[in-house]
Parts: sequence; C-alpha cells; structure tokens
Amino acid sequence: MYNDKNAQTIVDYIKNFTRKNSLFMLAYGTGCGAIELPATLTSRYDAERLGVRGAATPRQADLLLITGYLSTKTLKRVIRVYEQMQDPKYVIGFGSCTINGGMYWDSYNTIKLLDKYIPVDVYINGCMPRPESVIEGFKELQRLIAAGKADGATKYKENLDWYRNNQKKVLKNWPLVEYNW
Amino acid sequence: MNTILIEILGAIATILLAFTVGMLYGGARRKVIARIQNRVGPPIYQNFIDVVKLYSKETSIHHGWIQHMGPVFAITASITSLMFVPILTSGNWFSNLNFSGDLIFLIYMMVFGSLGMALGAGQTGNPNSAIGVSRGLSQMVGYEIPFVMSMVALMTQFHTTSITGMIELQAQSESWMMFSNPFAFIAAIMAMLGMFHYAPFDIVHAPAEVASGPVSEFGGKYLGMMMTSGSIFAFVKLTLFVDVFMGGASNLIELVIKTFALYMIPVLYGVINPRYRTEQAITYFWKWPAFFGLIGLVWAAFY
Repeated sequence: MYNDKNAQTIVDYIKNFTRKNSLFMLAYGTGCGAIELPATLTSRYDAERLGVRGAATPRQADLLLITGYLSTKTLKRVIRVYEQMQDPKYVIGFGSCTINGGMYWDSYNTIKLLDKYIPVDVYINGCMPRPESVIEGFKELQRLIAAGKADGATKYKENLDWYRNNQKKVLKNWPLVEYNW
Repeated sequence: MNTILIEILGAIATILLAFTVGMLYGGARRKVIARIQNRVGPPIYQNFIDVVKLYSKETSIHHGWIQHMGPVFAITASITSLMFVPILTSGNWFSNLNFSGDLIFLIYMMVFGSLGMALGAGQTGNPNSAIGVSRGLSQMVGYEIPFVMSMVALMTQFHTTSITGMIELQAQSESWMMFSNPFAFIAAIMAMLGMFHYAPFDIVHAPAEVASGPVSEFGGKYLGMMMTSGSIFAFVKLTLFVDVFMGGASNLIELVIKTFALYMIPVLYGVINPRYRTEQAITYFWKWPAFFGLIGLVWAAFY
C-alpha cells in the first residue's frame, strides 16, 4: 500500500473530500433542460443538501452544466465560459442532445457530440432527465472526484490541439484564443 | 515579554474564535433558510467545506495589482475592527486594543473594508462589478446615517466614547442600554439589517441581477478570502451590538446566546422578504430608522 503510486495522499484525500462536497454549479441554460434545474434545487429534491449550489459567474464556478443542445453559435460562448473557469473544473452533459444530438440529430447547425469540443466528465441521459437522474449524475461526479478520476481539465490542457481543431472545424472564421501552456 | 506573548496568542485566539463562530453562524443561516423552505439543507459545517475548497482552487486571474489587494483590504479591515471590539468582559485571553475613543474609530474602520473591496472590484473592469459597487456605496450611505445617529445618541447620553466604558456603565446601573435608550436600539437594529446585506437588502450581491456584483470577477482563493473576511466581520458587528446594547458577555456561552439571538433578526427578516430595488432600500433607511435615530438623539439630550 505504501509503494502504490496511484494511492492518494492524505492531502489529496482532504482536497477531494471538500471538492466533492462543495460543487458551485454554473448552469448553461440555453437548452430545454434548464427547466429541470429549479425542481432539482428547490424544496422537493433539494440538491443543496449534497453541497451543490449555484454560482453566479464562471470565475466562481467548479461545475459547468450544459443543459441540452448547443448550436454552433452558443458553442462559441460555452468554450469561452469553460476557459474562464478556474481549475479544478468539471462538466456535466445533460440530456440526449449532448450525447448524440438527440432530436436534433440531423440539424445542420447543432453539434452532435459535446465531448469532441470540451471534455465532459459525466453524461446524464434522457430527454429530459428527471431531477432524480440529475441528482444521480451529481452523485456519480462526486464518486469520480473522490476517486481522483474527474480530470477533464487536465485532458483539455494536454490535448488542446485536438480540441482546438475540432472547434475550428465547426466555428469557421471565428477567432479562438491561442494558449502556450 | 510574557505579557506581549500572551497578547499575541490572545489575538490569534480571537481571530480563530471569530472565524469559527462566524462560519458556523453562516452554516446555521443556510440551515434555517432551508428548514423554512421545507428543505433538508446542507450540514451546518458546509461553509467550512466551501472555504477549504475555495482555498485549494487555482486562481489565475490578473487585471492589475489593486485587484489582488481588494480582498486583502477587506480581510485587514475585518481583523483590525475585531481587535478593537471587546469580546468578553473578563479574562485575559480575549484582550484587545482599547482606548478612550474606540467607538468613533470603529465607525470609521467598519467602512474601510467595503471601500477597499470597491477599489479592487473597480479594476476588474467587469460592468457587473461597477454596478454592484455603486449599489453598495449608495446602500452604505443609507444605513450609515441611522447607525451613526444611534451611536452618537449613546455617546452623548452616557458621556463616554469607549466601548469598555459603556460596558462598565451598564454593569453599574444594572440596566442594558437597549432599555435606557430604546429608540437608539431600534434605529441600530434596523441599520443592522442593511449592514448584513441579507435579503431584502442584498442588492449588492444580487446573483440574478448583477451576477454577485463586486465579487463577480473574484474566484477561487479570493472568494475564500472574501468568505473568511465576511464571517469575521459578521462576528465583529454582532459582538459590537452585544457590547453596546446588551451589556457585553462574561463568558463564551453567554456571548454565543446573545449574538445568535441578534443574528436571527436579519436572517429571519430576510427569509420572508424579496429583494428591494436600490432606491427603495435607501429610502427605507432614511425614513423610519433615521426617524428613530432622531428620537433617540432627542431622548439622549434630555435624559
């Protein structure tokens, strides 16, 4: 156990415990899934007992919730919001539209698979997912964080070229920020 | 040498006490609001988890060096005003830097944190920050007037500007100042509603209107510093009110009971109220609280 390189140190354990129990959530509510969030956060389902609460701006948020379909126009703003967030940051894809396009599978201006453009940690399927499944998604993310496996942000940094290429394929003639990490 | 060491250790103990109590009160507030809304609510130690997480986040936002100084100003002002408020009436551990005019000094010092934060928020260039700052300063103009009126009423009535002097006077006359000048007490309590920035006076941090206002560009460690400073400052305000109006506290249990009872006033008033607009909030403070402050001043003059 002492020589296991994958084992978490006590500091990692405390950090992951606080991270999983305090998720400041920024809901990117352009899709229809945003209507499930008031029910999730208020009296009946009460996500605040899990430590999930709303954040007002990307700077304060840990968790980006993409609720539903993204057109190429909103994808520009999602990329900007995602890059404004501070590490460690997590993304939950919410509803079928983020997985395979859902009912917009043959639309000319929506993206089909969100994971090609920004790294997604947890998908919640359904059209729309009910508050129970949203809370189950939060719990799955908490399990991943506790195990130290919710590393979408590091993946994004390491494979930035791949993500940038995919983004540029759909966002033609649109300036995207270039980094030199 | 020994006395200096005890003073320094006592100061550190005071800061730790203020931080712990303020954080627990914040957690209790979230729990009370949740229970009133028929929810379970987060655990009472949720704010500690939040603050540890915020301090362990990376923070790579740079808009200029005043932006980095803003939260430092806020936390400095909180700790400085904490040092001038007598925590307990007896005992050596929670000693503080008293002098004969410390109430006047505190009235100035309690504004300093908000002004420093306004400077820091101003440099971020976020329009929400600018709106939040202007709202916050307008609201401060609103609640400072009844607050200063009630404090001046107490100073003229009892011929002292020292907080420890006021505690001694209350111990001698065996009557709290909330009974010997009730109008000043009412004015101060109504001003306290605005000082805490809870609903209906949360126009500064209104998340749905101005995206949390001045702190909209502050994430990670800076937000953690703001939370730390806010909870210390809540403890400072409550302890000051207990010292001045309710005769201080001789031990920690008495202090917690008195401050918690005071703290529930803005919390419970906020739970059942929506948010005021800016001009409604300012006119609120300039009507009844200012009127009660004026009555308190007249009462003090003829006492």
